[in-house]
Amino acid sequence: MSALRIEGLEAGYVRDLPILRGVNLIAETGKLTVIIGPNGAGKSTLIKAIAGLVPVSCGRVMLQGHEITGLRPDTMGERGLAYVPQTDNIFRQLTIRENLMLVLRRASDRIQRIDELFTLFPALRDKQDDRAGALSGGQRQMLAVAMALAMRPRLVLMDEPSAGLSPRIAAEVLDLARGLTDQGVTVLLVEQNVKQGLRVADHCYILAEGRNQIDGPAAQIAADPVVGEIYLGGRRMGAA
Amino acid sequence: MIQTVLDGILTGSIISLGAIGLTLVMHMLRFANFAYAELMAIGAYAVLVFDRVVAAILPPIATAMAPLSLTGSLLVALVLAMVVTGVSAVVIDWLVFRRIRAKADPLSMVFASFGIALIVRNLIVLIFGHHPQLYSQAIARAQVISLDPLILIKPDQVFVLFAALALMAVFHLVLTRTTFGFSLRAVAENPTLAQVAGVRLSRMIIAVWLIGGALSAAAGMFYALTNQLNPMIGHVFLLPVFAATIVGGIGSVYGAVLGGFIVGIASGLALMLLPAGYAPAMPFLIILAVLLIRPNGLFGEEIQ
Repeated sequence: MSALRIEGLEAGYVRDLPILRGVNLIAETGKLTVIIGPNGAGKSTLIKAIAGLVPVSCGRVMLQGHEITGLRPDTMGERGLAYVPQTDNIFRQLTIRENLMLVLRRASDRIQRIDELFTLFPALRDKQDDRAGALSGGQRQMLAVAMALAMRPRLVLMDEPSAGLSPRIAAEVLDLARGLTDQGVTVLLVEQNVKQGLRVADHCYILAEGRNQIDGPAAQIAADPVVGEIYLGGRRMGAA
Repeated sequence: MIQTVLDGILTGSIISLGAIGLTLVMHMLRFANFAYAELMAIGAYAVLVFDRVVAAILPPIATAMAPLSLTGSLLVALVLAMVVTGVSAVVIDWLVFRRIRAKADPLSMVFASFGIALIVRNLIVLIFGHHPQLYSQAIARAQVISLDPLILIKPDQVFVLFAALALMAVFHLVLTRTTFGFSLRAVAENPTLAQVAGVRLSRMIIAVWLIGGALSAAAGMFYALTNQLNPMIGHVFLLPVFAATIVGGIGSVYGAVLGGFIVGIASGLALMLLPAGYAPAMPFLIILAVLLIRPNGLFGEEIQ
């Protein structure tokens, strides 16, 4: 069974003005699926609609065979879905430990779990009592990923985790996303950095104008010069 | 000068209590609630009603705790009034703001808040009348306890200052030591991300109204205890409470507390330089100065 199945999804911020116009997508369990496409294609809207943050007007979202279409975003975590927004993905006024405590507030083993997360992200342990707003860009993404992983999700949605980071840190963050699949976690990633996104992905979907255009194995998409030229701005893809 | 600063600190503590809830509501619901200060009036009059009831039921606790004019029945009434005012805030939100948020833009909420303020103020006049009232006649006979005969500090004022600081300290502990407090701060900073982190926004909105209403009730009672009770309390504190919120930065609880003291002291000091008639304009000037120099306030962050 696929971890995530999306059927004919229509969604948008304004009623009768959908940004997504019938998107279909499957994310296989334990794989990293990347969504790429030009600006305004609806990539981030798709992720937000899955997470319950954008109203869905038509279609279905199935998580592990259970429909989650239109559920409140605060209930997604307990269903095994975690979402890492592109920006403002940590609480800057809270300390690092408080950020993690917030996500784990209902977990009986939260102290032990926080310790496990600090083992996974040692840089955060050293600064656990610092305000999260004082972290560097890369460390903020680490904390955002740690918050997403805190509840042991089965599916992690990541919206452009490399945005605003230096090339080296961006590559590290994407490697981190890739590493999650080794633990059996399914990752659905929206990425503007096409070359890096395809490097870490198993499967790729290309969206344009709110619709599916092409999908296939990431390696195959990366090697197809026609796809790059039409949908991804050919030369930029190679240069990224 | 010392007297002015002391009076400013006392007024500032009352403004701070009123501003804590307002800053959370403004940041979370993204609208300027001009009915918010009326919660102080609701609380102050609820104390009056409960005090009379409790004093009638339990006369032994209705005697003043010298040197304070405060009575046991007033303290019990304050607790009850905090609950009632908090519930009133939730009911107003449920009846009016919640429905408007679902269908209209924040500007409609602002206009609605003006209407609610007028309704609440006039209802209070209708029920209790225009005339100022006192919780206890003992207030007028309160002693001067300062060593300098030129500095007037009444025991009730000392009580109000420490009680306000104690309430702020308790709220600080809740914010920094409990997961509920983390949730509250998270929602105040970024409501969307808070939902992603599993916080149920609708419940936090209720919690913020309850807390804001309760603290406003205390602020209203403290003002009435050290001055007098009148239906214009909400109107009088509307601008100072907004000024404190804006000075501190919308969404910052600690900013609101500091802003309250700044507005209270600055308003007091202004009386030394300007005729008393200009005093109500001081919060306006503070709001203007802050918006010009630091639009996001002392601790506020840019609203995305």
